[in-house]
Amino acid sequence: MAQKGEKRIFRENMRILEVEGVKKNFGGLAAASNVAFHAEQGEIVGLIGPNGAGKTTLFNLVSGALIPDSGVIRFKGKNITGLKPHQITRMGIARTFQSVKVFPKMSVFDHVLLGYLFGNPKCTKSDKTLKEVIEILDFVELSEMRELRSKDLILSNQKRLEVARALATKPELLLLDELMAGLNHTEVIQAMELVRKIREKGVTILMVEHVMKAIMDTCDRIIVLHHGEKIAEGKPEEVAKNKSVVEVYLGE
Amino acid sequence: MEALTKKYSVLGVLILLLILLVVFPRYVSAYKVILLTNILMYVIITLSWVIFSGSTGYISLAPAAFFGVGVYASAILSKSLFLPIFILIGGLASFCLAFLIGALTLRLRGMYFTMFTFGLVELIRHFAQWWEVNITGTVGRLILALDHITIYYAILIIFLLVLLTSYVIRHSKFGLALQSIGECEEAAAHTGVNVTLVKVLFFAISAFFMGVVGATMTMRWQYIDPPTAFDIRLSFMTVLMAIFGGMGHLYGPIVGASIFSFLDEILATKFPYYYMLLFGVTMFVVILFMPHGVEGVIQKWHKREKSGSSEKT
Repeated sequence: MAQKGEKRIFRENMRILEVEGVKKNFGGLAAASNVAFHAEQGEIVGLIGPNGAGKTTLFNLVSGALIPDSGVIRFKGKNITGLKPHQITRMGIARTFQSVKVFPKMSVFDHVLLGYLFGNPKCTKSDKTLKEVIEILDFVELSEMRELRSKDLILSNQKRLEVARALATKPELLLLDELMAGLNHTEVIQAMELVRKIREKGVTILMVEHVMKAIMDTCDRIIVLHHGEKIAEGKPEEVAKNKSVVEVYLGE
Repeated sequence: MEALTKKYSVLGVLILLLILLVVFPRYVSAYKVILLTNILMYVIITLSWVIFSGSTGYISLAPAAFFGVGVYASAILSKSLFLPIFILIGGLASFCLAFLIGALTLRLRGMYFTMFTFGLVELIRHFAQWWEVNITGTVGRLILALDHITIYYAILIIFLLVLLTSYVIRHSKFGLALQSIGECEEAAAHTGVNVTLVKVLFFAISAFFMGVVGATMTMRWQYIDPPTAFDIRLSFMTVLMAIFGGMGHLYGPIVGASIFSFLDEILATKFPYYYMLLFGVTMFVVILFMPHGVEGVIQKWHKREKSGSSEKT
């Protein structure tokens, strides 16, 4: 019994993602030097920092687009360093892109179907699949546009589509790279709502964001990067007061 | 209801066409049968090219290489084996070659991949030439040709197979994967598509049919040598036919390759001196005025008709 109880506690506080001592250099530039952080199950973790701080590089390292020069990345306790992007996706990490990367001539529906079929390789094209695709489209409020090609959507809907495609792979960890960039005030609020709704489904979220209001309001914890190094970490209000963070953003 | 009737009428037309193709050789001259065989050959090669290059956008100039491998496989084996078996071996040889080449080169993008496949044809041709001169001590090979009716039916069966394969791929999840690779490879990988495997596999599948056609068409020639087997013009023709027909629907490459190869034949026989000139002008006009090929024109008509009929009601 005791063992069972312990197991449950472990689960509740499980570190779904652990990044340890990760380094990545591009030529002489250190895009990530000795970065270490983690995300707990069910958390929303924000990743902020000035342009060129290495936020997207970190996303690329976690999602397998880049392989770190050294260091270890673990997902649910398993070492995923050096795995291919599709393998990492199938294990349960999905992502969106800073500059929207949809398939321009593919229909909205097919985007989600693709994610569903290839993110969960055992799935086949059945009625159940089609139903679940519609459910995901309903969730991001795109089901009325399912027949449209993605290039005919406005930016905020393309971003929602990227989220839908990522959700279709049934992730446990979702990486959102500047979901709110380029959106107007109303759209930002809608996007924040969407992020919270995704967390309610039990998905852990790691998000890079420049819109400070969004970060402060939605994140449980924030990590601040500068020149490829982690300079601060903590609750939003703590980070906002942190001296070195203020220096980085406003100058000395 | 309307969609269903439309589906049945399309099916009916297709069956009628198939029957026509089957009984065709009974009623026409040998020349016409050979002409149709030729056209079908181009249709098969274009269709199989479109399986991979049409959706992924990786423009391959390797058809001549895979075709030639099929030609040589059957030239070597036809004396000792049955027709279906050496055709299959020709296809498998091309499949294996494409798999190997694909694994090595499909990380190249755009122009680099195209240039490599162009080089591949030349490389294999020169290698075959060198082999024939230095190892076997000949320049070409004599082949026991088969009659044109047998070849026609063999080609017709291959055509039906490649059509079926294309249809199945287009409607499977791999059709979607190929399209996603063509439109944004990075996003495809992060959506769970094993992009390397999908690319290599479907490159090889498309090469399989080119090899099969090569192995079959060998039987029409009495004599082959490396320059006829590995003719880079075939590669260019394939790409041009696909562009001419359009690649969005299955009928695009079929219609494109049929018209194009028919035109090619007519121009070559009727105007042997101006042939290349006329051909060039035709190509020029097509690319300028039909950016989406024959398919684009048909789609446009279709749309106009639709909007016209809806205005009436």
